[in-house]
Amino acid sequence: MEKFCEKLVRYRVPLLILACVVAVAFPFVFPSKYFIRIGTVCLMYVMITLSLNLMVGYMGQMSFGHAAFMGIGAYTAAILTTTYDVPFFVAFILAGVVAGLFGLLLGLPVLKLKGYYFTIITMVFCEIVRVVELNWMSLTRGPLGIMAIPKPSFLGFEITTPRQFYFMILVLVALSTLVVSNLMKSRVGYAILAIRDDELAAEAMGIHVFRYKMIVFILSSLLVGLAGAFYATYTSYIDPSSFAAAQSNDMLVMVIFGGLGNTVGSFIGAISLSILPEALRDLAQYRQLIYGVLLVLLMMVKPQGLLGDINFKYIRQRMEHREKSKEAANE
Amino acid sequence: MSERILKTEHITQRFGGLVALSDISMEVNSGEIVGIIGPNGAGKSTLFNVITGMYNPTEGKVEMLGQDVTGWKPYRITELGFSRTFQNIRLFPRMTVQDNVIVGMHTRTKGNIFSGVFFTKKEKEERASCVREADTILRLLGLYEDRFEMGTSLPYGSQRKLEIARALATRPKLLLLDEPAAGMNEQETEELRQIVYRLKEMGYTILLIEHDMKFVMNICERIYVLNNGCMISSGTPDEVRTDPVVIEAYLGKEE
Repeated sequence: MEKFCEKLVRYRVPLLILACVVAVAFPFVFPSKYFIRIGTVCLMYVMITLSLNLMVGYMGQMSFGHAAFMGIGAYTAAILTTTYDVPFFVAFILAGVVAGLFGLLLGLPVLKLKGYYFTIITMVFCEIVRVVELNWMSLTRGPLGIMAIPKPSFLGFEITTPRQFYFMILVLVALSTLVVSNLMKSRVGYAILAIRDDELAAEAMGIHVFRYKMIVFILSSLLVGLAGAFYATYTSYIDPSSFAAAQSNDMLVMVIFGGLGNTVGSFIGAISLSILPEALRDLAQYRQLIYGVLLVLLMMVKPQGLLGDINFKYIRQRMEHREKSKEAANE
Repeated sequence: MSERILKTEHITQRFGGLVALSDISMEVNSGEIVGIIGPNGAGKSTLFNVITGMYNPTEGKVEMLGQDVTGWKPYRITELGFSRTFQNIRLFPRMTVQDNVIVGMHTRTKGNIFSGVFFTKKEKEERASCVREADTILRLLGLYEDRFEMGTSLPYGSQRKLEIARALATRPKLLLLDEPAAGMNEQETEELRQIVYRLKEMGYTILLIEHDMKFVMNICERIYVLNNGCMISSGTPDEVRTDPVVIEAYLGKEE
Protein backbone atom coordinates (compact mmCIF):
# COMPACT_ATOMS: atom_id res chain seq x y z
CA MET A 1 0.00 0.00 0.00
CA GLU A 2 2.82 2.37 0.96
CA LYS A 3 4.61 1.64 -2.34
CA PHE A 4 1.40 2.17 -4.29
CA CYS A 5 0.75 5.47 -2.56
CA GLU A 6 4.29 6.63 -3.29
CA LYS A 7 3.62 5.92 -6.98
CA LEU A 8 0.45 7.99 -6.76
CA VAL A 9 2.34 10.84 -5.15
CA ARG A 10 5.23 10.66 -7.61
CA TYR A 11 2.93 10.90 -10.62
CA ARG A 12 0.43 13.27 -8.98
CA VAL A 13 0.66 15.97 -11.66
CA PRO A 14 0.01 13.73 -14.70
CA LEU A 15 -2.66 11.85 -12.70
CA LEU A 16 -4.41 15.09 -11.85
CA ILE A 17 -4.34 16.20 -15.48
CA LEU A 18 -5.64 12.80 -16.54
CA ALA A 19 -8.50 13.03 -14.06
CA CYS A 20 -9.42 16.49 -15.37
CA VAL A 21 -9.32 15.29 -18.97
CA VAL A 22 -11.48 12.28 -18.16
CA ALA A 23 -13.98 14.48 -16.29
CA VAL A 24 -14.25 16.94 -19.16
CA ALA A 25 -14.30 14.30 -21.91
CA PHE A 26 -16.82 12.04 -20.18
CA PRO A 27 -20.07 13.62 -21.48
CA PHE A 28 -18.67 13.62 -25.02
CA VAL A 29 -17.43 10.03 -24.93
CA PHE A 30 -20.68 8.82 -23.36
CA PRO A 31 -23.23 11.21 -24.83
CA SER A 32 -26.32 9.22 -23.80
CA LYS A 33 -28.64 10.90 -21.29
CA TYR A 34 -28.36 7.95 -18.96
CA PHE A 35 -24.58 8.09 -18.63
CA ILE A 36 -24.50 11.85 -18.27
CA ARG A 37 -27.10 11.60 -15.52
CA ILE A 38 -24.96 9.06 -13.64
CA GLY A 39 -21.94 11.34 -14.09
CA THR A 40 -23.86 14.33 -12.78
CA VAL A 41 -25.19 12.46 -9.76
CA CYS A 42 -21.70 11.11 -9.00
CA LEU A 43 -20.27 14.63 -9.03
CA MET A 44 -23.09 15.94 -6.88
CA TYR A 45 -22.28 13.28 -4.30
CA VAL A 46 -18.59 14.19 -4.54
CA MET A 47 -19.49 17.73 -3.53
CA ILE A 48 -21.67 16.48 -0.67
CA THR A 49 -19.01 14.05 0.51
CA LEU A 50 -16.29 16.72 0.40
CA SER A 51 -18.38 18.99 2.60
CA LEU A 52 -19.23 16.23 5.08
CA ASN A 53 -15.63 15.04 5.15
CA LEU A 54 -14.61 18.47 6.39
CA MET A 55 -16.82 17.95 9.39
CA VAL A 56 -16.44 14.24 10.06
CA GLY A 57 -13.04 13.42 8.62
CA TYR A 58 -10.91 16.49 9.16
CA MET A 59 -12.46 17.67 12.39
CA GLY A 60 -13.69 14.38 13.82
CA GLN A 61 -17.27 15.48 14.59
CA MET A 62 -19.57 12.65 13.57
CA SER A 63 -22.69 14.16 12.02
CA PHE A 64 -25.78 12.16 11.05
CA GLY A 65 -27.70 15.23 9.96
CA HIS A 66 -26.00 16.37 6.79
CA ALA A 67 -29.04 15.75 4.57
CA ALA A 68 -30.97 18.31 6.60
CA PHE A 69 -28.65 21.10 5.44
CA MET A 70 -28.86 19.87 1.88
CA GLY A 71 -32.65 20.00 2.23
CA ILE A 72 -32.52 23.51 3.65
CA GLY A 73 -30.43 24.61 0.67
CA ALA A 74 -32.70 22.82 -1.81
CA TYR A 75 -35.90 24.24 -0.31
CA THR A 76 -34.43 27.74 -0.09
CA ALA A 77 -33.52 27.70 -3.77
CA ALA A 78 -36.83 26.09 -4.78
CA ILE A 79 -39.05 28.45 -2.80
CA LEU A 80 -37.16 31.56 -3.84
CA THR A 81 -37.22 30.72 -7.54
CA THR A 82 -40.82 29.46 -7.72
CA THR A 83 -42.83 31.51 -5.22
CA TYR A 84 -40.77 34.70 -5.24
CA ASP A 85 -39.34 34.66 -8.77
CA VAL A 86 -35.85 35.41 -7.50
CA PRO A 87 -33.21 34.97 -10.24
CA PHE A 88 -31.53 31.58 -9.95
CA PHE A 89 -28.05 32.91 -9.33
CA VAL A 90 -29.20 34.93 -6.31
CA ALA A 91 -31.31 32.04 -5.01
CA PHE A 92 -28.33 29.71 -5.38
CA ILE A 93 -26.07 31.94 -3.28
CA LEU A 94 -28.84 32.46 -0.71
CA ALA A 95 -29.35 28.70 -0.46
CA GLY A 96 -25.74 28.40 0.71
CA VAL A 97 -26.10 31.34 3.06
CA VAL A 98 -29.32 30.05 4.65
CA ALA A 99 -27.89 26.54 5.09
CA GLY A 100 -24.77 28.08 6.66
CA LEU A 101 -26.99 30.16 8.94
CA PHE A 102 -28.80 27.05 10.14
CA GLY A 103 -25.39 25.53 10.76
CA LEU A 104 -24.59 28.52 12.93
CA LEU A 105 -27.89 28.29 14.80
CA LEU A 106 -27.54 24.57 15.47
CA GLY A 107 -23.83 24.85 16.21
CA LEU A 108 -24.12 27.51 18.90
CA PRO A 109 -25.80 25.27 21.47
CA VAL A 110 -24.63 21.91 20.17
CA LEU A 111 -20.93 22.20 19.38
CA LYS A 112 -20.11 22.45 23.07
CA LEU A 113 -21.34 18.88 23.42
CA LYS A 114 -18.88 16.07 22.98
CA GLY A 115 -18.89 12.88 20.95
CA TYR A 116 -22.10 10.89 21.04
CA TYR A 117 -24.26 13.74 22.32
CA PHE A 118 -23.38 15.84 19.33
CA THR A 119 -24.03 12.94 16.97
CA ILE A 120 -27.46 12.23 18.44
CA ILE A 121 -28.54 15.87 18.18
CA THR A 122 -27.53 16.06 14.51
CA MET A 123 -29.63 12.97 13.91
CA VAL A 124 -32.63 14.51 15.67
CA PHE A 125 -32.11 17.80 13.84
CA CYS A 126 -32.33 15.98 10.52
CA GLU A 127 -35.68 14.51 11.55
CA ILE A 128 -37.00 17.88 12.81
CA VAL A 129 -36.14 19.56 9.52
CA ARG A 130 -37.85 16.80 7.57
CA VAL A 131 -41.01 17.04 9.69
CA VAL A 132 -41.09 20.81 9.25
CA GLU A 133 -40.69 20.42 5.50
CA LEU A 134 -43.50 17.88 5.54
CA ASN A 135 -45.97 19.95 7.56
CA TRP A 136 -45.39 23.60 6.74
CA MET A 137 -47.82 23.35 3.84
CA SER A 138 -47.98 27.05 3.02
CA LEU A 139 -44.22 27.28 2.55
CA THR A 140 -43.10 23.87 1.31
CA ARG A 141 -46.34 22.32 0.00
CA GLY A 142 -45.60 19.40 2.35
CA PRO A 143 -45.62 15.89 0.87
CA LEU A 144 -46.67 17.23 -2.53
CA GLY A 145 -43.23 18.71 -2.90
CA ILE A 146 -42.24 21.65 -5.04
CA MET A 147 -42.55 21.16 -8.77
CA ALA A 148 -41.35 23.01 -11.86
CA ILE A 149 -38.27 24.51 -10.28
CA PRO A 150 -36.84 26.67 -13.05
CA LYS A 151 -33.62 25.87 -14.85
CA PRO A 152 -30.61 27.92 -13.82
CA SER A 153 -29.29 30.84 -15.79
CA PHE A 154 -26.06 32.72 -15.16
CA LEU A 155 -25.71 36.19 -16.70
CA GLY A 156 -28.05 35.42 -19.56
CA PHE A 157 -26.56 31.98 -20.21
CA GLU A 158 -29.17 29.29 -19.62
CA ILE A 159 -28.43 25.78 -18.46
CA THR A 160 -30.88 23.35 -19.99
CA THR A 161 -29.24 20.29 -21.52
CA PRO A 162 -27.93 17.39 -19.40
CA ARG A 163 -24.42 18.13 -20.60
CA GLN A 164 -24.62 21.72 -19.39
CA PHE A 165 -25.82 20.50 -16.00
CA TYR A 166 -22.88 18.12 -15.92
CA PHE A 167 -20.44 20.95 -16.47
CA MET A 168 -22.19 23.11 -13.90
CA ILE A 169 -21.70 20.52 -11.17
CA LEU A 170 -18.17 19.83 -12.42
CA VAL A 171 -17.27 23.47 -11.84
CA LEU A 172 -18.90 23.37 -8.39
CA VAL A 173 -16.92 20.25 -7.49
CA ALA A 174 -13.68 21.84 -8.68
CA LEU A 175 -14.36 24.92 -6.56
CA SER A 176 -15.28 22.85 -3.49
CA THR A 177 -12.12 20.78 -3.87
CA LEU A 178 -10.07 23.94 -4.05
CA VAL A 179 -11.78 25.37 -0.98
CA VAL A 180 -11.24 22.23 1.09
CA SER A 181 -7.67 21.54 0.02
CA ASN A 182 -6.60 25.19 0.40
CA LEU A 183 -8.20 25.43 3.80
CA MET A 184 -6.47 22.30 5.07
CA LYS A 185 -3.07 23.70 4.09
CA SER A 186 -3.68 26.93 6.00
CA ARG A 187 -3.47 28.03 9.61
CA VAL A 188 -7.16 27.29 10.08
CA GLY A 189 -6.62 23.79 8.69
CA TYR A 190 -3.82 23.08 11.16
CA ALA A 191 -6.11 24.20 13.97
CA ILE A 192 -8.87 21.90 12.70
CA LEU A 193 -6.55 18.89 12.53
CA ALA A 194 -5.21 19.66 15.99
CA ILE A 195 -8.77 19.67 17.36
CA ARG A 196 -9.44 16.31 15.73
CA ASP A 197 -6.30 14.82 17.23
CA ASP A 198 -6.53 16.16 20.78
CA GLU A 199 -8.94 18.88 21.84
CA LEU A 200 -7.26 19.55 25.17
CA ALA A 201 -3.77 19.83 23.67
CA ALA A 202 -5.16 22.03 20.90
CA GLU A 203 -6.62 24.38 23.48
CA ALA A 204 -3.31 24.42 25.34
CA MET A 205 -1.67 25.55 22.10
CA GLY A 206 -3.92 28.61 22.08
CA ILE A 207 -6.58 27.33 19.70
CA HIS A 208 -10.11 28.58 20.34
CA VAL A 209 -11.68 25.15 19.86
CA PHE A 210 -15.31 26.28 19.78
CA ARG A 211 -14.66 28.99 17.19
CA TYR A 212 -12.97 26.58 14.79
CA LYS A 213 -15.66 23.96 15.24
CA MET A 214 -18.17 26.66 14.38
CA ILE A 215 -16.26 27.73 11.26
CA VAL A 216 -16.12 24.16 9.99
CA PHE A 217 -19.78 23.47 10.78
CA ILE A 218 -20.90 26.60 8.94
CA LEU A 219 -18.65 26.00 5.94
CA SER A 220 -19.69 22.37 5.71
CA SER A 221 -23.41 23.30 5.86
CA LEU A 222 -22.92 26.07 3.32
CA LEU A 223 -21.27 23.77 0.79
CA VAL A 224 -23.92 21.09 1.10
CA GLY A 225 -26.60 23.79 0.91
CA LEU A 226 -25.22 24.77 -2.50
CA ALA A 227 -25.26 21.11 -3.53
CA GLY A 228 -28.90 21.01 -2.41
CA ALA A 229 -29.72 24.04 -4.57
CA PHE A 230 -28.11 22.29 -7.52
CA TYR A 231 -30.13 19.17 -6.80
CA ALA A 232 -33.37 21.19 -6.72
CA THR A 233 -32.83 22.82 -10.08
CA TYR A 234 -31.38 19.68 -11.67
CA THR A 235 -34.30 17.42 -10.82
CA SER A 236 -36.76 20.38 -10.95
CA TYR A 237 -38.78 18.61 -8.24
CA ILE A 238 -38.07 18.15 -4.52
CA ASP A 239 -40.00 16.64 -1.64
CA PRO A 240 -39.07 16.01 2.03
CA SER A 241 -38.25 12.32 1.49
CA SER A 242 -35.07 13.26 -0.40
CA PHE A 243 -33.53 14.74 2.74
CA ALA A 244 -34.28 12.14 5.38
CA ALA A 245 -32.05 10.29 7.82
CA ALA A 246 -31.40 7.56 5.26
CA GLN A 247 -29.76 10.10 2.95
CA SER A 248 -27.61 11.37 5.81
CA ASN A 249 -26.45 7.81 6.39
CA ASP A 250 -25.62 7.33 2.71
CA MET A 251 -23.49 10.46 2.76
CA LEU A 252 -21.67 9.31 5.87
CA VAL A 253 -21.03 5.89 4.37
CA MET A 254 -19.42 7.55 1.34
CA VAL A 255 -17.12 9.61 3.55
CA ILE A 256 -16.06 6.64 5.65
CA PHE A 257 -15.74 4.30 2.64
CA GLY A 258 -13.41 6.70 0.84
CA GLY A 259 -11.41 7.51 3.93
CA LEU A 260 -11.85 9.99 6.76
CA GLY A 261 -9.94 13.20 6.24
CA ASN A 262 -8.76 12.45 2.71
CA THR A 263 -9.96 14.54 -0.22
CA VAL A 264 -9.07 11.96 -2.85
CA GLY A 265 -10.93 9.47 -0.69
CA SER A 266 -14.07 11.62 -0.90
CA PHE A 267 -13.96 11.34 -4.69
CA ILE A 268 -13.44 7.59 -4.58
CA GLY A 269 -16.12 7.04 -1.95
CA ALA A 270 -18.75 9.20 -3.62
CA ILE A 271 -18.15 7.98 -7.17
CA SER A 272 -17.84 4.27 -6.44
CA LEU A 273 -20.85 4.14 -4.13
CA SER A 274 -22.97 6.15 -6.59
CA ILE A 275 -22.05 3.88 -9.48
CA LEU A 276 -22.32 0.61 -7.58
CA PRO A 277 -26.15 0.49 -7.40
CA GLU A 278 -26.27 1.24 -11.12
CA ALA A 279 -23.70 -1.44 -11.92
CA LEU A 280 -25.74 -3.93 -9.92
CA ARG A 281 -28.97 -2.96 -11.69
CA ASP A 282 -29.19 -6.30 -13.53
CA LEU A 283 -29.36 -8.13 -10.24
CA ALA A 284 -32.59 -6.30 -9.45
CA GLN A 285 -33.85 -7.43 -6.06
CA TYR A 286 -30.43 -8.51 -4.77
CA ARG A 287 -28.98 -5.09 -5.37
CA GLN A 288 -29.35 -3.67 -1.89
CA LEU A 289 -28.24 -6.94 -0.35
CA ILE A 290 -24.98 -7.03 -2.32
CA TYR A 291 -24.36 -3.37 -1.59
CA GLY A 292 -24.78 -4.06 2.12
CA VAL A 293 -22.53 -7.12 2.10
CA LEU A 294 -19.79 -5.20 0.26
CA LEU A 295 -19.89 -2.46 2.87
CA VAL A 296 -19.71 -4.94 5.73
CA LEU A 297 -16.72 -6.62 4.08
CA LEU A 298 -14.91 -3.32 3.66
CA MET A 299 -15.52 -2.35 7.26
CA MET A 300 -14.07 -5.68 8.36
CA VAL A 301 -10.97 -5.45 6.17
CA LYS A 302 -10.31 -1.71 6.32
CA PRO A 303 -12.46 -0.02 8.96
CA GLN A 304 -10.76 3.34 8.44
CA GLY A 305 -11.86 3.41 4.79
CA LEU A 306 -9.85 2.99 1.61
CA LEU A 307 -7.55 5.98 2.12
CA GLY A 308 -8.39 6.59 5.76
CA ASP A 309 -4.95 6.58 7.34
CA ILE A 310 -3.08 7.93 4.34
CA ASN A 311 -1.70 11.43 4.27
CA PHE A 312 -0.32 12.20 0.82
CA LYS A 313 1.53 15.29 2.03
CA TYR A 314 3.49 13.26 4.57
CA ILE A 315 4.26 10.53 2.03
CA ARG A 316 5.61 13.16 -0.36
CA GLN A 317 7.70 14.83 2.35
CA ARG A 318 9.24 11.56 3.46
CA MET A 319 9.92 10.51 -0.12
CA GLU A 320 11.64 13.77 -1.01
CA HIS A 321 13.59 13.72 2.24
CA ARG A 322 14.83 10.19 1.55
CA GLU A 323 15.90 11.08 -1.97
CA LYS A 324 17.70 14.19 -0.82
CA SER A 325 19.68 12.34 1.82
CA LYS A 326 20.56 9.69 -0.75
CA GLU A 327 21.88 12.37 -3.09
CA ALA A 328 23.88 13.92 -0.29
CA ALA A 329 25.40 10.53 0.52
CA ASN A 330 26.43 10.00 -3.12
CA GLU A 331 28.32 13.25 -3.36
CA MET B 1 14.20 43.09 40.84
CA SER B 2 13.15 41.64 37.53
CA GLU B 3 9.66 41.53 36.10
CA ARG B 4 7.13 39.29 37.83
CA ILE B 5 5.77 36.80 35.33
CA LEU B 6 3.47 34.69 37.48
CA LYS B 7 1.95 35.18 40.88
CA THR B 8 -0.66 33.02 42.57
CA GLU B 9 -2.45 34.22 45.66
CA HIS B 10 -4.06 31.81 48.12
CA ILE B 11 -5.12 29.27 45.52
CA THR B 12 -7.52 26.67 46.84
CA GLN B 13 -8.94 23.93 44.64
CA ARG B 14 -11.64 21.59 45.88
CA PHE B 15 -13.17 18.69 44.02
CA GLY B 16 -16.33 17.91 45.97
CA GLY B 17 -15.06 17.12 49.46
CA LEU B 18 -11.47 16.62 48.37
CA VAL B 19 -9.11 19.52 48.90
CA ALA B 20 -6.50 19.18 46.15
CA LEU B 21 -4.78 22.48 46.84
CA SER B 22 -5.08 24.77 49.79
CA ASP B 23 -3.81 28.29 50.10
CA ILE B 24 -0.98 28.16 47.59
CA SER B 25 0.86 31.42 47.03
CA MET B 26 3.90 31.51 44.82
CA GLU B 27 5.61 33.61 42.21
CA VAL B 28 7.99 33.32 39.30
CA ASN B 29 10.16 36.18 38.07
CA SER B 30 11.50 36.71 34.62
CA GLY B 31 14.59 34.66 33.75
CA GLU B 32 14.22 32.23 36.66
CA ILE B 33 13.99 28.47 36.67
CA VAL B 34 11.64 27.49 39.45
CA GLY B 35 10.82 23.95 40.51
CA ILE B 36 7.79 22.44 42.18
CA ILE B 37 8.44 19.17 43.93
CA GLY B 38 6.44 16.90 46.16
CA PRO B 39 5.40 13.27 46.56
CA ASN B 40 2.77 11.67 44.32
CA GLY B 41 -0.65 13.18 44.78
CA ALA B 42 0.72 16.34 46.36
CA GLY B 43 -1.22 18.52 43.91
CA LYS B 44 1.59 19.57 41.59
CA SER B 45 -0.23 18.85 38.36
CA THR B 46 -3.43 20.33 39.76
CA LEU B 47 -1.54 23.55 40.40
CA PHE B 48 -0.32 23.49 36.79
CA ASN B 49 -3.86 22.98 35.59
CA VAL B 50 -5.04 25.95 37.63
CA ILE B 51 -2.25 28.18 36.33
CA THR B 52 -2.90 27.25 32.69
CA GLY B 53 -6.66 27.65 32.97
CA MET B 54 -7.63 23.98 32.72
CA TYR B 55 -9.21 24.27 36.17
CA ASN B 56 -10.98 27.24 37.64
CA PRO B 57 -9.75 27.57 41.24
CA THR B 58 -12.33 27.47 44.04
CA GLU B 59 -10.60 30.37 45.75
CA GLY B 60 -7.64 32.58 45.08
CA LYS B 61 -6.16 34.48 42.22
CA VAL B 62 -3.74 33.81 39.36
CA GLU B 63 -1.88 36.85 38.12
CA MET B 64 0.09 36.88 34.94
CA LEU B 65 2.31 39.80 34.01
CA GLY B 66 0.33 41.89 36.47
CA GLN B 67 -3.01 40.91 34.96
CA ASP B 68 -5.66 38.88 36.78
CA VAL B 69 -6.25 35.78 34.65
CA THR B 70 -8.25 33.69 37.14
CA GLY B 71 -10.92 31.71 35.33
CA TRP B 72 -9.60 32.48 31.85
CA LYS B 73 -9.89 29.77 29.22
CA PRO B 74 -6.66 27.88 28.46
CA TYR B 75 -6.40 29.23 24.91
CA ARG B 76 -6.46 32.83 26.17
CA ILE B 77 -3.78 32.08 28.73
CA THR B 78 -1.62 30.60 25.99
CA GLU B 79 -2.27 33.68 23.85
CA LEU B 80 -1.05 35.85 26.69
CA GLY B 81 2.15 33.85 27.04
CA PHE B 82 2.02 30.68 29.15
CA SER B 83 2.73 27.40 27.46
CA ARG B 84 2.83 23.94 28.94
CA THR B 85 3.77 20.36 28.35
CA PHE B 86 1.78 17.42 29.67
CA GLN B 87 2.84 14.79 32.15
CA ASN B 88 1.11 12.09 30.11
CA ILE B 89 2.37 13.09 26.67
CA ARG B 90 -0.34 14.63 24.49
CA LEU B 91 1.13 15.02 21.01
CA PHE B 92 -1.11 15.21 17.97
CA PRO B 93 -0.97 11.55 16.92
CA ARG B 94 -1.77 11.96 13.23
CA MET B 95 0.76 14.72 12.59
CA THR B 96 4.45 14.65 11.83
CA VAL B 97 7.03 16.05 14.22
CA GLN B 98 7.23 19.21 12.12
CA ASP B 99 3.47 19.75 11.99
CA ASN B 100 3.16 19.24 15.73
CA VAL B 101 5.51 22.17 16.20
CA ILE B 102 3.76 24.29 13.57
CA VAL B 103 0.46 23.95 15.45
CA GLY B 104 2.26 25.58 18.38
CA MET B 105 2.65 28.75 16.31
CA HIS B 106 -1.10 29.25 16.16
CA THR B 107 -1.24 32.25 18.45
CA ARG B 108 1.56 34.06 16.64
CA THR B 109 0.18 33.67 13.11
CA LYS B 110 -2.65 35.56 11.52
CA GLY B 111 -4.27 33.46 8.78
CA ASN B 112 -8.07 33.44 8.86
CA ILE B 113 -10.80 31.55 7.07
CA PHE B 114 -10.64 33.75 3.96
CA SER B 115 -6.87 33.75 3.56
CA GLY B 116 -7.14 29.99 4.07
CA VAL B 117 -9.87 29.26 1.54
CA PHE B 118 -8.19 31.39 -1.15
CA PHE B 119 -4.71 30.42 0.06
CA THR B 120 -3.50 33.96 -0.48
CA LYS B 121 0.11 34.93 -0.99
CA LYS B 122 0.27 36.15 2.59
CA GLU B 123 -1.00 32.83 3.94
CA LYS B 124 1.49 30.96 1.78
CA GLU B 125 4.38 33.06 3.05
CA GLU B 126 3.21 32.67 6.62
CA ARG B 127 3.12 28.87 6.25
CA ALA B 128 6.59 28.83 4.72
CA SER B 129 8.01 30.89 7.56
CA CYS B 130 6.33 28.53 10.05
CA VAL B 131 8.17 25.61 8.46
CA ARG B 132 11.51 27.44 8.67
CA GLU B 133 10.91 28.36 12.27
CA ALA B 134 9.80 24.85 13.19
CA ASP B 135 13.04 23.51 11.74
CA THR B 136 15.05 25.96 13.85
CA ILE B 137 13.28 24.83 17.02
CA LEU B 138 13.69 21.16 16.07
CA ARG B 139 17.44 21.66 15.50
CA LEU B 140 17.70 23.20 18.96
CA LEU B 141 16.13 20.09 20.48
CA GLY B 142 17.95 17.62 18.24
CA LEU B 143 14.82 16.40 16.49
CA TYR B 144 15.47 17.94 13.08
CA GLU B 145 16.40 14.67 11.35
CA ASP B 146 13.09 13.14 12.47
CA ARG B 147 10.94 16.04 11.34
CA PHE B 148 8.92 14.04 8.82
CA GLU B 149 8.27 11.10 11.15
CA MET B 150 4.99 10.83 12.98
CA GLY B 151 5.27 12.49 16.38
CA THR B 152 4.02 9.49 18.30
CA SER B 153 6.39 7.07 16.54
CA LEU B 154 9.41 8.68 18.22
CA PRO B 155 11.08 7.07 21.24
CA TYR B 156 9.64 8.14 24.55
CA GLY B 157 12.36 10.62 25.45
CA SER B 158 12.12 12.31 22.07
CA GLN B 159 8.36 12.60 22.42
CA ARG B 160 8.92 14.56 25.62
CA LYS B 161 11.38 16.80 23.80
CA LEU B 162 8.86 17.29 21.03
CA GLU B 163 6.32 18.45 23.60
CA ILE B 164 8.84 21.04 24.73
CA ALA B 165 9.46 22.05 21.11
CA ARG B 166 5.73 22.49 20.55
CA ALA B 167 5.39 24.59 23.69
CA LEU B 168 8.40 26.69 22.66
CA ALA B 169 6.76 27.37 19.32
CA THR B 170 4.25 29.62 21.07
CA ARG B 171 7.26 31.75 22.21
CA PRO B 172 6.07 31.64 25.80
CA LYS B 173 6.92 34.19 28.45
CA LEU B 174 6.67 31.32 30.90
CA LEU B 175 7.32 27.71 29.95
CA LEU B 176 5.63 25.17 32.21
CA LEU B 177 7.15 21.71 32.10
CA ASP B 178 5.17 18.92 33.75
CA GLU B 179 7.64 16.20 34.74
CA PRO B 180 9.84 16.58 31.66
CA ALA B 181 12.29 13.88 32.75
CA ALA B 182 9.69 11.27 33.70
CA GLY B 183 10.49 7.92 32.13
CA MET B 184 13.75 9.11 30.60
CA ASN B 185 16.96 7.15 30.97
CA GLU B 186 20.11 8.75 32.34
CA GLN B 187 21.49 9.88 28.99
CA GLU B 188 18.17 11.41 27.94
CA THR B 189 17.88 13.19 31.28
CA GLU B 190 21.35 14.63 30.80
CA GLU B 191 20.38 15.86 27.31
CA LEU B 192 17.26 17.41 28.76
CA ARG B 193 19.33 19.20 31.37
CA GLN B 194 21.50 20.68 28.62
CA ILE B 195 18.39 21.80 26.77
CA VAL B 196 16.94 23.49 29.83
CA TYR B 197 20.24 25.30 30.45
CA ARG B 198 20.31 26.48 26.87
CA LEU B 199 16.74 27.73 27.16
CA LYS B 200 17.71 29.66 30.26
CA GLU B 201 20.61 31.24 28.40
CA MET B 202 18.19 32.22 25.67
CA GLY B 203 16.20 34.08 28.28
CA TYR B 204 13.26 31.74 28.85
CA THR B 205 11.54 31.64 32.22
CA ILE B 206 10.69 28.11 33.28
CA LEU B 207 8.47 26.57 35.92
CA LEU B 208 8.89 22.83 36.19
CA ILE B 209 7.43 19.96 38.13
CA GLU B 210 9.79 17.12 38.70
CA HIS B 211 10.19 13.90 40.58
CA ASP B 212 13.87 13.45 39.87
CA MET B 213 15.39 15.26 42.87
CA LYS B 214 18.88 15.36 41.41
CA PHE B 215 17.56 17.00 38.27
CA VAL B 216 15.64 19.66 40.18
CA MET B 217 18.37 20.41 42.69
CA ASN B 218 20.91 20.98 39.96
CA ILE B 219 18.85 23.11 37.72
CA CYS B 220 16.45 25.24 39.73
CA GLU B 221 17.18 28.48 41.47
CA ARG B 222 14.18 28.28 43.72
CA ILE B 223 11.97 25.41 44.72
CA TYR B 224 8.48 25.10 46.15
CA VAL B 225 7.59 21.91 47.97
CA LEU B 226 4.01 20.64 48.02
CA ASN B 227 2.59 17.89 50.17
CA ASN B 228 -1.09 16.91 50.47
CA GLY B 229 -2.09 20.08 48.65
CA CYS B 230 -0.21 22.39 51.00
CA MET B 231 2.96 24.34 50.47
CA ILE B 232 5.28 22.99 53.14
CA SER B 233 8.51 24.68 52.20
CA SER B 234 10.17 26.97 49.72
CA GLY B 235 13.59 28.45 49.03
CA THR B 236 16.89 27.66 47.33
CA PRO B 237 17.73 24.01 46.68
CA ASP B 238 20.07 23.95 49.68
CA GLU B 239 17.49 25.42 52.03
CA VAL B 240 14.85 22.97 50.87
CA ARG B 241 17.19 19.97 51.02
CA THR B 242 17.96 20.59 54.68
CA ASP B 243 14.45 21.56 55.75
CA PRO B 244 13.29 18.91 58.26
CA VAL B 245 9.66 19.24 57.12
CA VAL B 246 10.67 18.27 53.58
CA ILE B 247 12.79 15.37 54.73
CA GLU B 248 9.87 14.12 56.78
CA ALA B 249 7.47 14.39 53.85
CA TYR B 250 9.78 12.42 51.60
CA LEU B 251 11.34 9.92 53.96
CA GLY B 252 8.83 9.71 56.80
CA LYS B 253 9.28 10.62 60.44
CA GLU B 254 12.21 9.40 62.47
CA GLU B 255 11.07 7.16 65.25
